[in-house]
Amino acid sequence: MDNIFDIKNLNLWYGSKHALQGINLRINKQSVVALIGPSGCGKSTFLRCLNRMNDLIVNCHIEGSILFNKVNVNSERYDEINLRKKVGMVFQRPNPFPMSIYENVIYGPKCQGITNKKRLDELVESSLKKAALWEDVKDRLNSSALGLSGGQQQRLCIARAIAMEPDVILMDEPTSALDPIATAKIEKLIIELKANYTIIIVTHSMQQAARISDYTAFFLMGELIEYDKTDIIFANPKNKKTEDYITGRFG
Amino acid sequence: MKKYLNKQLFFETLYKLSIIFASLLLLLIIIFIFFEGVPALKEYGVFKMLFNMSWQPTAHEPSFGLSKMILATIISTLLSLLIAIPIGLLSSVCLVRLVSRKIKNIIMFIVEILAGIPSVIVGFFVLKTIVAFLYQHFYMNIGVSGNSMLAAVFVLALMALPTIITITVKALEAVNPMYTEASLGLGANKIQTIYKVELKAAKSGIMAAIVLGAGRVIGETMAVMLVSGNAINISSNLLLPTRTLTANIATEMSYASGLHQSALYASGIVLFIMIMLINITLLIILNKGGGDNA
Repeated sequence: MDNIFDIKNLNLWYGSKHALQGINLRINKQSVVALIGPSGCGKSTFLRCLNRMNDLIVNCHIEGSILFNKVNVNSERYDEINLRKKVGMVFQRPNPFPMSIYENVIYGPKCQGITNKKRLDELVESSLKKAALWEDVKDRLNSSALGLSGGQQQRLCIARAIAMEPDVILMDEPTSALDPIATAKIEKLIIELKANYTIIIVTHSMQQAARISDYTAFFLMGELIEYDKTDIIFANPKNKKTEDYITGRFG
Repeated sequence: MKKYLNKQLFFETLYKLSIIFASLLLLLIIIFIFFEGVPALKEYGVFKMLFNMSWQPTAHEPSFGLSKMILATIISTLLSLLIAIPIGLLSSVCLVRLVSRKIKNIIMFIVEILAGIPSVIVGFFVLKTIVAFLYQHFYMNIGVSGNSMLAAVFVLALMALPTIITITVKALEAVNPMYTEASLGLGANKIQTIYKVELKAAKSGIMAAIVLGAGRVIGETMAVMLVSGNAINISSNLLLPTRTLTANIATEMSYASGLHQSALYASGIVLFIMIMLINITLLIILNKGGGDNA
């Protein structure tokens, strides 16, 4: 299978804090990868490296290479905007813009200069359908996105990312602010989306990782401890620390 | 327990009394200017006062038409805001998003000092720069002294800028960073993020900045008197002198009596209503824009 991401010897410092230490990781196309580990282990930081979101943080220094489709994107010369067009992101708390549902979905494409009304209409419908939200909102596309429930808002954020037609969707604990029913819907959606996108998800819930992911990476104190097929990580971990964590002995 | 309740009651009453005092004060001011101004409005007529072009308060047949000064106030306010709003918004965006924190703090310190400078001093500055410049370049040709509507507009724009910048910067800083991240995460660049998301999210704060800036400009008196030439005149030529409502009150109140004095109070009523109208209009715009979409 093809690698979409190939991360080699990635190191990251916040000031003098060495937050990611020598990470090596390959991610296959069209798979779901879960990043697990205790709070502060570096899993969210790692995720934000993949679309250069850490560029926004002052005093953040990154070394090593991140090959995305065989091109190193961790370089001043690589335009982060081009990367973010191909690598979308969904955040921990649903964050739709204070605009209508329609305007939220077309925000990204419009920023890229797409203005053809028919094309935008199609994008809105197809993106909302893929995010399993079309039936809920098709009659009120022009009302405010802030009137939706938390789960609907998060699906709208997924639709907004899909509208950019990305290759990868990064998700940073996308269900941690949602109730169990909304969570179940998002999980079902992630499994469906796998057919077309590569999904990398940070999660605090090991059950969630086990339910939806193909591969799991276990982070601890800024290091990647173990990375393997999810079945193996949960049934037969090779590293003692991984076993301790997934059996609930710490974390 | 009883002692505690008494103490609580005492402070609650204190708070309530203060708010009653503050609102009563406003009410008293309104009653007062209406009480003093109504005789002139009655005798001379509201319509005539608002639309008559002639202000001859001490003539044998006095006339109290405020329209030239009302126009002078409206025009100087609009033109100065036309200068101050774009410059204020652009520099606020620049301060919040495009320069380092250190530079921002230095500039904000300067802007806040600027906001506290007495308006007469700003008047001095414009007198020595703009007015002197106009005199040098236009006096020989067309007899312009430099004291003019244009100079007044510059003074007012200078006065409004610090207010607009300080409040807009605060509003932009209060924008939830999750909107910024969402926008950048969707491949938008910095400028798109500022204009499509951050300015929209900060809209109500920016409106407040404009209202306060406009209030400051309408009420400004001394600095305008200093540079406007203070002659009752309204012309499409901005290089000619003019007189605003506030300048008129300040100039004539010292010697006015009888109906003349009452007419000056009546111009106070007009000012008061103008400021109310601005506030209400902006409130409506704000609610309309923020209704369905926000």
